[in-house]
Amino acid sequence: MTSTSPGGVSPRTLLVRGMLAGLLAGVAAFLVAYLLGESKVDAAIAIEEAAAAGHDHGEEAPVSRALQATAGLGTGVVLYAVALGGIAALVFCFALGRIGRFGPRATAALVTGGLYVTVTLVPFFKYPANPPAVGDPETAARRTALYLLMIALSVLLAAGALILGRRLAPRLGNWNASVVAGAAFALVIGISYAVLPGIDEVPAGFPAALIWDFRLASLAIQTALWTTFGLAFGFLAERALVPTSTPKEAVQPTS
Amino acid sequence: MAHSAVSTTNSPAIAPISLSALAPWAVFVGILMLVLLYFVGAEQGATAVFEGETIHEWLHDGRHLLGFPCH
Repeated sequence: MTSTSPGGVSPRTLLVRGMLAGLLAGVAAFLVAYLLGESKVDAAIAIEEAAAAGHDHGEEAPVSRALQATAGLGTGVVLYAVALGGIAALVFCFALGRIGRFGPRATAALVTGGLYVTVTLVPFFKYPANPPAVGDPETAARRTALYLLMIALSVLLAAGALILGRRLAPRLGNWNASVVAGAAFALVIGISYAVLPGIDEVPAGFPAALIWDFRLASLAIQTALWTTFGLAFGFLAERALVPTSTPKEAVQPTS
Repeated sequence: MAHSAVSTTNSPAIAPISLSALAPWAVFVGILMLVLLYFVGAEQGATAVFEGETIHEWLHDGRHLLGFPCH
């Protein structure tokens, strides 16, 4: 594909760079997950096995704990980050030049921040991450559906808030319109939090401090992922979009 | 004009990528990425395309730590 936009850059270039930045973000998130998260997973599994009830991780497990905590964790986090990087690059392609006079880096930062809030933070505060041993296997499908519903709702409401802000901008000015749109988003998210059913399947006697630590670790992973992505993609996108001062030098074939 | 952007700190307004150029990529890559997210986050959990538990077990720690509901 060689189709280029009027801006001179094809979405393909930005998508490849988005997935590359996602790869980098995945590596950073994996390091945080391995260093901060794995000890919490292990502690929760120890409690689960001491209780000796429900889902068994130990015996006849198809994947050993050592593999789950290293290669398995790495696969999951890196693929997740690459996929989110591709999606974020698509959003960036749409946002570029459409959300005001922001350069590539600022646009990348705004898009990344917006996605961090809408697809990570908003769903997390309603349906937070849970360690092993928390959660009834019988309700897994319902919990997954509610979690995905919360993400979809958050994305749709954020898009609605964005449109609202654009409509109000001529009357209120950019700053006030953004504040009103942000407040409207917070209000409708608050209403969805109140309306959607809560999930509390923490077994009696499960240490509250462990859940807190696990959720903090999960938040740290997501924060590392999105921050790394935003900075790396901003750098790569700017290099693709802003022509460098030196013109392209002819490639000299070495003989 | 196109060459005046060398030393300015205020970048000139960037021309948006036209929607017709973006749409095929958005559909193709969007679906691909969502399928990837499905396999990372939900396969052999809430629903399953493949039988067994290997995918679930392999991605077990990642699912918990990334915040996906898991068993």
